[in-house]
Amino acid sequence: MTTETRPKRRWQILVFLAPAVLVYTALMILPLFGTLKLALYENVNEQQVFVGFKNFATLFGDPNWSEAFWRGLKNNTWFFIIHMLVQNPIGVAIAAMLSVPALRFKAFYRTAIFIPTIMSFVIVGFAWKLILSPLWGIAPGLLDAVGLKHLFQPWLGKEEYALTTIALISVWQYVGIPMMLIYAALLSIPDEVLEAGEIDGITGMKAFWKIKLPLILPSIGIISILTFVGNFNAFDLVYTIEGAMAAPNFSTEVMGTLMFRTFFGHQTQPGDPNMGSAIAMMMFLVILAGVTIYLFFIQTRMRRYQF
Amino acid sequence: MKASRLAGVLLATTVLGTAASAQETTLTIESWRNDDLTIWQDKIIPAFEASHPGIKVVFAPTAPAQYNSALNAKLEAGTAGDLITCRPFDGSLQMFQKGYLADLTDMEVLNNFGDVAKSGWSTDDGSATYCIPMASVIHGFIYNKDAFDEMGLSEPKTTDEFYAMLDKIKEDGNYIPMAMGTADEWEAATMGYANIGSKHWKGEEGRKAVIAGKMKLTEDGWVTAYEELSRWGPYLGDGFEAQSYPDSQNLFTLGRAAIYPAGSWEISGFNAQADFKMGAFPPPVLPGGDCYISDHVDIAMGMNPASPNADAARTFLEWVGSPEFAGLYSNALPGFFSLSNADITLEDPLAQTMVDWRKSCNSTIRPFSQILARGTPNLNTEYWVTSANVIRGTMTPEEAAQHMQDALDSWYTPPAQ
Amino acid sequence: MQRVKHNPLNLALAHLALIIYTIIALFPVLIIIINSFKTRKAIFRDPLALPNSETFSLIGYETVLKQGDYFGYFQNSFIVTVGSLFFILLFGAMAAFALSEYRFKGNTLMGLYLALGIMIPIRLGTVAILQFMVATGLVNTLTALILVYTASGLPIAIFILSEFMRQVSADLKDAGRIDGLSEYRIFFQLVLPLVRPALATVAVFNMIPIWNDLWFPLILANSEETKTLTLGSQVFIGQFVTDWNAVLSGLSMAILPVMILYIIFSKQLIRGITSGAVK
Repeated sequence: MTTETRPKRRWQILVFLAPAVLVYTALMILPLFGTLKLALYENVNEQQVFVGFKNFATLFGDPNWSEAFWRGLKNNTWFFIIHMLVQNPIGVAIAAMLSVPALRFKAFYRTAIFIPTIMSFVIVGFAWKLILSPLWGIAPGLLDAVGLKHLFQPWLGKEEYALTTIALISVWQYVGIPMMLIYAALLSIPDEVLEAGEIDGITGMKAFWKIKLPLILPSIGIISILTFVGNFNAFDLVYTIEGAMAAPNFSTEVMGTLMFRTFFGHQTQPGDPNMGSAIAMMMFLVILAGVTIYLFFIQTRMRRYQF
Repeated sequence: MKASRLAGVLLATTVLGTAASAQETTLTIESWRNDDLTIWQDKIIPAFEASHPGIKVVFAPTAPAQYNSALNAKLEAGTAGDLITCRPFDGSLQMFQKGYLADLTDMEVLNNFGDVAKSGWSTDDGSATYCIPMASVIHGFIYNKDAFDEMGLSEPKTTDEFYAMLDKIKEDGNYIPMAMGTADEWEAATMGYANIGSKHWKGEEGRKAVIAGKMKLTEDGWVTAYEELSRWGPYLGDGFEAQSYPDSQNLFTLGRAAIYPAGSWEISGFNAQADFKMGAFPPPVLPGGDCYISDHVDIAMGMNPASPNADAARTFLEWVGSPEFAGLYSNALPGFFSLSNADITLEDPLAQTMVDWRKSCNSTIRPFSQILARGTPNLNTEYWVTSANVIRGTMTPEEAAQHMQDALDSWYTPPAQ
Repeated sequence: MQRVKHNPLNLALAHLALIIYTIIALFPVLIIIINSFKTRKAIFRDPLALPNSETFSLIGYETVLKQGDYFGYFQNSFIVTVGSLFFILLFGAMAAFALSEYRFKGNTLMGLYLALGIMIPIRLGTVAILQFMVATGLVNTLTALILVYTASGLPIAIFILSEFMRQVSADLKDAGRIDGLSEYRIFFQLVLPLVRPALATVAVFNMIPIWNDLWFPLILANSEETKTLTLGSQVFIGQFVTDWNAVLSGLSMAILPVMILYIIFSKQLIRGITSGAVK
């Protein structure tokens, strides 16, 4: 870049950044900061009194709170593991199949498989509750048809299966996102690269592992971090399927349901914005840690593969 | 489209100009009863507006799960409606203490209500009342009369008869004995534990003893109630663990289950959906014991102190406290029993059956809604989970009772005697 | 072209796998739509059967349509979604360009600042946001919703777009500069068309939560005139709901417009993706 144009460009930076920064600061950062600040306060006779880290001491010191929090964190982790092991590989596999040039009806498959992603949690939750319902008989009926009726369980009502079932429903809903992103990445691989590979005799599956996969790693990285952030913020699906109490017996509790129940209250239990904010703060720190690891260790390393 | 809107505005101004000389006020009601929307729109509000020209009322319900959180946010920012539907006891008490419900102690219509009715929406010492009581709900069992006739069954009086009868229905195999699931957990607590439990802890006697610190939740009565509940699992439908509340309702109204552990609020819905005859019996008594029912003050209406239409809101609340409203509401929504002292005739036979239990049984409210729901953990939500666990068999009655007592001990000190 | 060596067996296997997955993806949606056209008894007796002359019923749709102005709700949802997407893409792309193109003091810090919002659910700021809207007189307007969704959509938009903009070749931009194009024209005429696939991705990403959100319409704009479709259909999915005809019809009516919107968008999306690839 030449030196004489530089002073001009300074203004552009401001113009380019200003609208986003203004809207974002006024409606997101300030309100959120105001809420997170509450984590350091306590309500004494309807007055907010500064108490330092007392709420965090309660959160980690009082077993009533700490057990709920660790259970939530553990469940978020399991939720994330399932998405990484099931959602993303399926998404990549579908994208890889779709990117085969000779394949027909691509548009149809792509559109159909993405449809669950555009539906609201309310619809997804309702539909799957119906299908898995022991009364309606869709799932038991289908299992019966293939002679596996004995495998049927009221999955959403059993402590040992409920969380995994919800995670798989979430996978079903969101497979479309890795599929689309990877598909776009695969299409943008220049033909010359693949042709060069073919000359060296690298084709088919081998070409996928040796040439394409390294080239789509940055996209896989973005997907992983988006999955991480989404999963550790998970709330809506658990809430619509199992309620704010994360039934059965809190076995589907994630940090989001604990935070929501604490912050806004539930039925006759009044909300406690101070403890709720303390939990939100911890969620924020967990996610921040994950994003930091991604940005500083994984992303910088992956840059090398760019073309 | 535009033209018709303009015409509407013109029409409205002419009507206003001629009919109402005073300015028109619009009141908004916040409520969680979205199921009652059409009844408010078609029956209750027109009755009020007919006798009170100049006041318009809009019923604006929120789904029950979001009601409290959304309402709190709106109250804090000052955008909540003029009238607020009050949940009973500690929930509303805290709203009153925060200044989100106006003090209504001076309203004369409160004289139309007894002390029990007012206790749901008064401070502990009874010095201030902040909502006008609307209705209570009663627990019991609603059954499919046709199915009972078919199997030659009659209403059970004692627990022994009750469980013998459930065994018989199960053996018969044509009906699921009881329609209830544990997926939503609250039914296990209210339609289960509170429903059949009060006879074990002797209603108000046991409830007040726990509040006074004279009884522990690990003592007989509280534990035996869990023991009775632990017998329910085998009589519920296959996969009851994943059966939700609407599932249970449909199971019963489609005629696939014989008995529905109920709250009286189900009556209007069941009347509309079931095509068989129904009857109801109170929780069967223990051998040699007395009859107890859970007769829970459930719903009331208060005023947002920030309302710019305070006068109109008070006028509406006066009307809510009147005998006219009591009769209208109880019959429009059979199963919501007015708390008014006024003499009301119920047109619905099933509702009449249930309200008649008050004559032969001791009434009590749900065990943990007063005072015991004030701390964290909140016993009124803890017993959702323990009751559901006991039915699922993942917790023994003793463990459930111990869990409840531990939760209580962690924050509650009974008043010094 | 070069890829003639594709084994027909592999292709058949790929079709088989994709068809199976397509069935899995569409099955729940079809169940809802099919059953919304059946009588209550038939829904329960045989949920998998198609409606026939005996079991066909529109009672659910009648109930739903009586309850509210669905077309008005749809219009509101549409305005909010499209309005928010426009501002997210415009502001987001501008900010992403500034971050990826220019080296300036505080660049990394600004990037982190703008990414913070990904990590905290905006729902937590509800009360302060509501107070802001009350103060500015925007309560019960669609503008309030557009502002909130724009703010909450920006972090992820900037995150993805700056990632893609870093890949736009520097030679191209420098060539533009040598030709005397202003920075604005470089952004609007050179860079934006090249990141079209990313823009389409961001649009699809953000469209879903905006269209489906229940919370902010409930808090910020719950008047009859500003109700969104999701909020309007929520009336049927409360705690005491047993009218499954109405629930299923309400859900179907909420699904269909999004599906149609998506199918229209989907063509654009793929065109965007492929044109980006051929660059």
